[in-house]
Amino acid sequence: MSVRVFVPGDAAAVAVGADRVAAAIASEAQRRGVAIQIVRNGSRGLLELETLVEVETAEGRIGYGPVYPEDVSGMVEGGLFDGAEHPKRIGRPEELAFFKRQTRLTFARCGITDPQSLDDYRAHGGLAGLEKALAMPPLAVVEAIKMSGLRGRGGAGFPAGIKWDTVRAATGATKYVVCNADEGDSGTFADRMLMEGDPFTLIEGMLIAGLAVGAAKGFIYVRSEYPHAVASLNRALQTARGAGLLGPNAGGGRQAFDIEVRVGAGAYVCGEETALLESLEGKRGQVRAKPPLPAHEGLFGQPTLIHNVLTLAAVPFILAEGAKAYADYGVGRSRGTMPIQLAGDIKNGGIFETAFGISLGELIEEIGGGTLSGRPVRAVQVGGPLGAYFPPALFDTPMDYEAFAARGGLIGHAGVVVFNDTVDMAAQARFAFEFCAVESCGKCTPCRLGAVRGAELVDKVVAGEVSELATLEDLCEVMKLGSLCALGGLTPYPVLSAMQHFPQDFRPQAPKLESAG
Amino acid sequence: MSVEHTPDGPDRLEDIIKANIGLDGPLLPILHAVQHAFGFIPEFAVPAIATALNLSRAEVHGVVTFYQDFRDAPPGRHVLKLCRAEACQSRGGVAVEARARELLGVEMDSTTADGAVTLEAVYCLGLCASGPAAMLDDAPVARLSPQRIATLIAEIVA
Repeated sequence: MSVRVFVPGDAAAVAVGADRVAAAIASEAQRRGVAIQIVRNGSRGLLELETLVEVETAEGRIGYGPVYPEDVSGMVEGGLFDGAEHPKRIGRPEELAFFKRQTRLTFARCGITDPQSLDDYRAHGGLAGLEKALAMPPLAVVEAIKMSGLRGRGGAGFPAGIKWDTVRAATGATKYVVCNADEGDSGTFADRMLMEGDPFTLIEGMLIAGLAVGAAKGFIYVRSEYPHAVASLNRALQTARGAGLLGPNAGGGRQAFDIEVRVGAGAYVCGEETALLESLEGKRGQVRAKPPLPAHEGLFGQPTLIHNVLTLAAVPFILAEGAKAYADYGVGRSRGTMPIQLAGDIKNGGIFETAFGISLGELIEEIGGGTLSGRPVRAVQVGGPLGAYFPPALFDTPMDYEAFAARGGLIGHAGVVVFNDTVDMAAQARFAFEFCAVESCGKCTPCRLGAVRGAELVDKVVAGEVSELATLEDLCEVMKLGSLCALGGLTPYPVLSAMQHFPQDFRPQAPKLESAG
Repeated sequence: MSVEHTPDGPDRLEDIIKANIGLDGPLLPILHAVQHAFGFIPEFAVPAIATALNLSRAEVHGVVTFYQDFRDAPPGRHVLKLCRAEACQSRGGVAVEARARELLGVEMDSTTADGAVTLEAVYCLGLCASGPAAMLDDAPVARLSPQRIATLIAEIVA
């Protein structure tokens, strides 16, 4: 009987030596003649523990972390394969407060199963949603998505059910389901972790969507910065085809559905849905004017259901457990759970999936454990590079689309990036423009020119031309209202919020204050 | 010797086009495959791809130059992409970048004179809770510090 040892294959684990840890464990076991089986699971999601090695014992899976390659020999010597005591032993990972406090619906299997094993997926509740969906008329599946209250997890928060209904009712020579896996926002990594750690959930969600709206083909557009996710998806798709999940009688039903992975080429703007469709068609990733909506005329002019990874990955649970079970979580019009990503200068960084409604302060102080550096928190950017900077005074804001909007912010893809008191908010505002200038697709003038002029204006203000502050505000207004898509339209958010909450940083040679607000 | 003069350059290009032309929207997959094969998008590839896909050379050129990933010249022997995005900034990314530029003696998005290393900016690798992060060739690297980037650079320039 061989011992099962889990060493994450997630890119964040590999980036801190997981491959070398796995190799060292294998060679130590071989040297000692111990039969082991190494499973390259996904990451559990508490990244300071990576590489988190787990050993299956009679008492459950015992974790050790963070393990570096040079630790392995001593740990094996000390009885790693028996779950023995060690300074890096953390016991059963699921007992840690960070995991105990979560409600994992979308990430239920991530870090636990072998991501490439369809049997493991099924044994942990996978494909239950598909089975239900296959037994329902497509309209009832669409109705379930509507009732669940699921909203687009990419950032815009548009009700998913309405999209499904529109695409289902649309007529076209063919229809497509497109998964937006161009997760370019800094501070976000949930799409990546799911694609690497539980790819079948996304595949199942896309398949259910395809059957419900009558699409025969799906595309997953993954950014090129995610080679591990691309490899994981391609392997899983191969398995799914072999098992008959994808193909002429997808999932054993009467419809055909298959999925193809496409790799981006380093353009942030392709995360915008119409630019993504252009890119998939083989064109420059330039934004399209809307209407027509992709639901009517999307990929190759055909009706297209386009969703973020997390939206599609929420679907199997909704079908398996019922729309109500999902809608019972959350607050207001933000129903269900959100895999929140804690990042930047934070102690417990990682994936924290929980019902909407948790406050920003609770997330950062209690769950995140404050800053990793030990310095006071000065600003938090929620929602990626186009999200607003909030000071600690706004920590009572609940994770809720409407509550964030009311305070001039946005949840976006729920990345939370923490900055300590050394941050220069004028520099961050300048960076927002700089980033927009680098990534602008160039189609509309407010974004293409505004981003460059904005960075210059911040420089002028900091150099003492305080009168330019009004010009800067004007420019932000023009970009907000006049840009074709969210890149130019939301770049003012980090800028204006930095100016509003941290005005002292925009004074010439501003002395740094300990904390704002 | 430039790629089009290598005996198999045009043949390899033709194989790539043939293998991908049946896809829906084949241009990006073709360009990725060309770059994988040659290390960059050689000039002779543009008219050949344009003809095969019934596009103008300008259209293909437009796509090649739009995307950050596609190069018009071979990169250094190693490509070091440093994350410049906010989450890595908040964890000390700026100091890592400064140290890398100093040690390699180049600015971002350029190659060292000896052709050893191409240093590039990247905006997010999805390693935001373990930054500062980088991608060295195809390997992700995290928990960088000015000291660790120095060790990494010493290994690749050696």
